[in-house]
Amino acid sequence: MGLKQSRLGFFTLAFGLLGAVSAVLFMTWVTLIDYPLVIGGKPFWSWPAFVPIAFEITVLSASVLSVVTMIVLYFKFPNNSHPLHDTPYMKKVSSDKFGICIQADDPAFDQKAVQEFLKAVGGKEIATVYFDLEALDHGQNMFDPKFIGVLVLTAILVSGGTYFTFNQLLYMEPFSWMSVQAKSKAQRPSELFKDGIGMRRPVQGTVARGFLPYAFKGKPDEAAKTLVNPLLPTRDVIERGKSKFLTYCSPCHGNFARGDSRLAGQFPNPPTLHTDKVRNWPDGSIYHVITEGQNVMPSYASQIPRDDRWAIIHYVRVLQRAHNAKESDLK
Amino acid sequence: MSIPVSLEGLKKELPAGVRRLGWGLLLIGIAGIALGYAIDPRRMAFDNVVGYLFLTSVAVGSIFLVALEYIGGAVWSTPMRRVNEFLGALVLLLPLAAVPLFLHLHDLFHWMHEETVATDKVLAGKSPYLNANFFLIRFAVFFILWSLFYILFTRNSTKQDVTKDPRLTTVNIRLGAIFLPVFAITITLTAVDWAMSLEPHWSSTIFGVYYFSGTVLASISAATYAIIRFYENGYFPKLQRDSFYSLGALMFAFINFWAYIAFSQFLLIWYANLPEETIWFMARWKNGWQVVSVLLIIVHFVVPYFALLTQDSKMDLKRLKFMAIWILFAHLLDMYWLVMPSYSQEVSLSWMDLGFPVLLVGLAIVVLGYKMRRNNLIPIGDPKLERGLSFRL
Repeated sequence: MGLKQSRLGFFTLAFGLLGAVSAVLFMTWVTLIDYPLVIGGKPFWSWPAFVPIAFEITVLSASVLSVVTMIVLYFKFPNNSHPLHDTPYMKKVSSDKFGICIQADDPAFDQKAVQEFLKAVGGKEIATVYFDLEALDHGQNMFDPKFIGVLVLTAILVSGGTYFTFNQLLYMEPFSWMSVQAKSKAQRPSELFKDGIGMRRPVQGTVARGFLPYAFKGKPDEAAKTLVNPLLPTRDVIERGKSKFLTYCSPCHGNFARGDSRLAGQFPNPPTLHTDKVRNWPDGSIYHVITEGQNVMPSYASQIPRDDRWAIIHYVRVLQRAHNAKESDLK
Repeated sequence: MSIPVSLEGLKKELPAGVRRLGWGLLLIGIAGIALGYAIDPRRMAFDNVVGYLFLTSVAVGSIFLVALEYIGGAVWSTPMRRVNEFLGALVLLLPLAAVPLFLHLHDLFHWMHEETVATDKVLAGKSPYLNANFFLIRFAVFFILWSLFYILFTRNSTKQDVTKDPRLTTVNIRLGAIFLPVFAITITLTAVDWAMSLEPHWSSTIFGVYYFSGTVLASISAATYAIIRFYENGYFPKLQRDSFYSLGALMFAFINFWAYIAFSQFLLIWYANLPEETIWFMARWKNGWQVVSVLLIIVHFVVPYFALLTQDSKMDLKRLKFMAIWILFAHLLDMYWLVMPSYSQEVSLSWMDLGFPVLLVGLAIVVLGYKMRRNNLIPIGDPKLERGLSFRL
């Protein structure tokens, strides 16, 4: 039909290049100037990492800005209305038909000839539509004060709303970025209690679960005599003892309680637990040492719960037995 | 409703000169390969892997394109589909390209040495999959599957020439639906077996897709070149420009797809920077291989991208023809780049590298000539043919 090739492709190319260049420049600024960060020992300016982002930005800016250009340049945005839009003819066209509109303001226009020609080429519906020529204003109205006004108003509303939401509203009650919550925090005062202290003491004469005070402080002999291992040496208990032993005891005592850990030599080495002395200790003595500490060894009462201490003792017994195996054990 | 398509005035047979050329190239190729095996069997075996992968690309890729046409209900490619079917016949010749390899598997695959596997924990862990017996079983199963689908597709298609029965199209659509997952799995494992396992310690999960992208590109290019040559020399009725545009667009799409996959593979390995993964790219970035690597990017992506970017270039038959040959060469280079660094750490070119390309060109001509004499070049019974011949975008 003698239509010229669309110029839109050049805009797309320009916008795509713009997107690619700005993405690369932005990432260069971030990685070299604003926030240089060593990532995986790579150079600050590592181009392969930029490729996916540059690619996405290129596609995004090329496609979105092409559509915007198309609307502005070819649909004459903001003036995109046409008198034909309100006719029933348009409704059909927009689903599965196409139509030809021939304007009558051409001096060579001959209504009868045109109608007959359209009928001859197979036009299904030929109608005359009357409208004011003034309504058909194809001019580019970008700088129409009304349009600019709406644009500016929208910009103010959107940016103002965004600013208000994030910089004012979210700092107000009840949002406050969720910093105010109806609960008492550790080491903080609380208005809920008369004395204003948030952290409560246990009720007089009670003990919190798992926090039974140790009855044999400074009395190793009594502990040895009185304390009995409450756990049975089942497989589960020994596995648990092994895991706790490897976590808490092995760094100094060594994996096999031989006193040969990787820390050996850096401070007084713990003796091996395979001596006759330790082997003949009752469980209560070992429990006392774990709970109270001995010489350089500190108390492990706060790290290892009571039952785990007893499990560890079972495991220590296993190690001792394994290290001093009798002939009969091998059978 | 259908108007019978007249095949009158259309040529049916390849000119004697071209047929002689095909046989000549075939014989020269065979002679070159035989000589190569006599002089340096190890090198020739690696060149053979390149050739085998290339042949698989074109042959299995062509069957894939046939299946794709049926599955997608494509109309534009119907008049040209026979070219894909004919090239698919190369599948039946795959064992011939693989047989010399079976005699040299120990030169190629490190993991086939039992004494190496015994001392290598990684290879021992992979040995349930990477072992000689299972490798040969896989080859046999894949070959049988591909041949089966090739025979079924083409049998239905040629039967339709006589019976004009549209139900045969439905049968082929169902076959295509079965073939696509089969193709996805077999082509992935082929890439793993023949190319990735050359470096058995290395692995890349995207490798199968990488080979697949080249496969489709090679088969569409081979078909495009043949179609345009046939069209220019009066073997086809009038085809629309839009059909050629579609061929070019498909080529262009897969050029981008290849680049996308290749870059993804590189980016992930580069980013993680794990020595057992980067070693594969390091081997391709020293001792002269870096030249081949850069050349591959230019030949396989940059040049075809710009050559086929504009709308007009995809309808320009001369350029399409040239780019089809160019891309076939690029795919050969790609396969060379995949395989040959396992042969030697330094780039070394040899006349032996030419044996398989020459053979394959000859083979393609001979197979096309053979199939053309026995089948119509146009699927005259296909219900989509009419629309295909008047296809408009």
